[in-house]
Amino acid sequence: MTPDMFFLLASLLFSIGLVGLISRRNLFILYMSIELMLSSINLLLATFSKVLGDPSGSVIALLMIAVIAAEAALFLAMIIHLYRNNRTVDSDNFIELREDKVND
Amino acid sequence: MISLIVILPFLSALLMALVYLSNTELKRYTFYTTLGIGVPAISTLLSFIAGFELLNGGATIHYTLFEWINVGDFNISLAFMADRLSVVMVSFITLIGTLIHIYAAGYMKDDPAYGKFFSYFNLFMGSMLLLVLADNPIMMFVGWELVGLSSYLLIGFYHTESSNVKAANKAFILNRVGDFGFIMAISLLFVSLEGTGFTFDSIEANISQINHGVLTLIGVLLFVGAMGKSAQIPLYVWLPDAMAGPTPVSALIHAATMVTAGVYMVARYSFLYIEIPDIGLFIATIGAASALFAAIIASYQSDIKKILAYSTMSQLGYMFIAVGLGAYSSGIFHVFTHAFFKALLFMGAGAVIIALHHEQNIFKMGGLKRDLRLVYITMFIATLAISGIPPFAGFFSKDAILVTAFATEHYFIWGVGSLTAMLTAFYMFRLLFSVFHAKPKSELEVHSVPTSMTYPLVLLAFGSATAGFLGVNEAYGGSSWFNSFLALPDITLHLSHSTEYMLGGLNVVLGLLGMGLAYKMFAHDSKEAESNTMFKKLAINKFFIDEIYEFIIVKPLLLLSNLIAKVIDPRIFDGFINFNVWGYTVSAKLFSKLQNGKVRFYALYILVGVSAMSLYLLFKLEALS
Repeated sequence: MTPDMFFLLASLLFSIGLVGLISRRNLFILYMSIELMLSSINLLLATFSKVLGDPSGSVIALLMIAVIAAEAALFLAMIIHLYRNNRTVDSDNFIELREDKVND
Repeated sequence: MISLIVILPFLSALLMALVYLSNTELKRYTFYTTLGIGVPAISTLLSFIAGFELLNGGATIHYTLFEWINVGDFNISLAFMADRLSVVMVSFITLIGTLIHIYAAGYMKDDPAYGKFFSYFNLFMGSMLLLVLADNPIMMFVGWELVGLSSYLLIGFYHTESSNVKAANKAFILNRVGDFGFIMAISLLFVSLEGTGFTFDSIEANISQINHGVLTLIGVLLFVGAMGKSAQIPLYVWLPDAMAGPTPVSALIHAATMVTAGVYMVARYSFLYIEIPDIGLFIATIGAASALFAAIIASYQSDIKKILAYSTMSQLGYMFIAVGLGAYSSGIFHVFTHAFFKALLFMGAGAVIIALHHEQNIFKMGGLKRDLRLVYITMFIATLAISGIPPFAGFFSKDAILVTAFATEHYFIWGVGSLTAMLTAFYMFRLLFSVFHAKPKSELEVHSVPTSMTYPLVLLAFGSATAGFLGVNEAYGGSSWFNSFLALPDITLHLSHSTEYMLGGLNVVLGLLGMGLAYKMFAHDSKEAESNTMFKKLAINKFFIDEIYEFIIVKPLLLLSNLIAKVIDPRIFDGFINFNVWGYTVSAKLFSKLQNGKVRFYALYILVGVSAMSLYLLFKLEALS
């Protein structure tokens, strides 16, 4: 099996994640898209580690899985917090960063 | 010592200005009078001492106060030079200036701004002395400008009336036109001398290295400066308006300072003008034209001070005839004698004006010879002097000028000069007879005139009667002492004594003719000139020169500045800037639309940005080709 397949898969996963991030509004979906992109990067790291015969890539990938797990907990907690405050998980409702004055 | 002559008036002007500013309400009559008259008197004394030194064969006095500018070749010191020419000028400027100061103490006695007046007055005199005693053209220019400034301050002294301020502005602006010529001339002179020193002495020594064309240009430009200061055609229109100032100011401007500066300057640069006789002829022609022109206008004026103003312009024309034709000493001699009788005439006129409570129309006066006996007698002497009746001062100086014009075979200029001499006698006696002889139109209430205003008149009358004897030429049994003392590069004249007698006699006859005509027309019953003929109408309205200038210079300038202020500046320049501002506002609004706060859009921007960078990198690495 050539590494090209892995590269293709990683690119696909990343693209799906990115498109999901841009096109969807549900915070959970956004979260899942981000996870998808992270996974694609992990896959890429593992692949290069295997291709180049250097184990440090795999080490980083493993480390990242741990970090992502911690991040997942934090992320879900934040989403719940936002939901409690606003009774919605639509990302378009959270627009505090908007430039108000010039926009209207 | 000669530096003190110049510095003292400046110092006292400064001191008086400071004291005046510390409390403008206080009168301090004694203080201002003592300082204001004392300092010119000391200057007079000092200049007489310097004069005697030179008279006893002393060499030219140089004194360097300090080095002012020293950059490469450009080396200007604050230095004074008292040669024979400047010593003569300084002596009579300080003497007559002092007398005018004494007179002013009486004239301005009740003015609330007495201290300010004397401060300006001393400044005026100091500036003139600086101009005359300057050792290099730059210092002369400084004095020249200061004279312009102080004349502006004094002409607009009664600044609560807008017409006076307008007159002051007119004088200042017209002088600036002349100053432009002056500064161009000295710049050109400096450049063409190529750094061989820039004092009058070194310029004289190196004048031959400048080529003729450049020298001609310098001569013309210098004369433009003289035209402005000395009120010659076409830059004379400020002089009659300058009568807006107090009468002592007019006396000072017309007799001792300011207007004589132009003549002095031409005489100072005589070493330059003898190289370019063509320009000299041009100067003489302008002088003759101004003399006649002013005399004609003066014959139809009815304001006593305006008549005297035009008469000054006319006499200045004579001086320029002399210096233009190369008779520099005769020109300066006429400056010298003219200073006496013109100061006297103005001060007499001022006394009359005060006595009649600020009435200036000569045809509303009349029969004053009994009430103002002293003023009448002294003014009579001055009038005789200006009309060129021997043995009074004006005869000798005016005769010398006309003889020069005749001897150098410029018969046309001589004819114009002689005609002007007759007109001079006519309009001066017209003034005198109307004021002192003619039947008064109404009962006149005559105020008393303070003695400080009449005693200077006596001294000046003495001067007007006798000053001419200093320069009596050979034909009349003298030795032209004045001319030989000045030692200027005059042309030599070859004229038999009988011709000179004939010319002198002709002048006297013309003068008497003018006098007789005036007696016939005005001595008993004076009437204002009526504008019944075309010529009279022109002359009474001063040939509409002011109106013509207004039309060809002032109006277009106003139109142009209006165009710039109302169209070019707001539409084009502001328009360009406002367009830019508008562009920024619009694009800022567009860009702020991007900032909508929605996270997915931000993600999109990141995608676009990363994609763009990746594309660029790929393109750079030529991975796509």
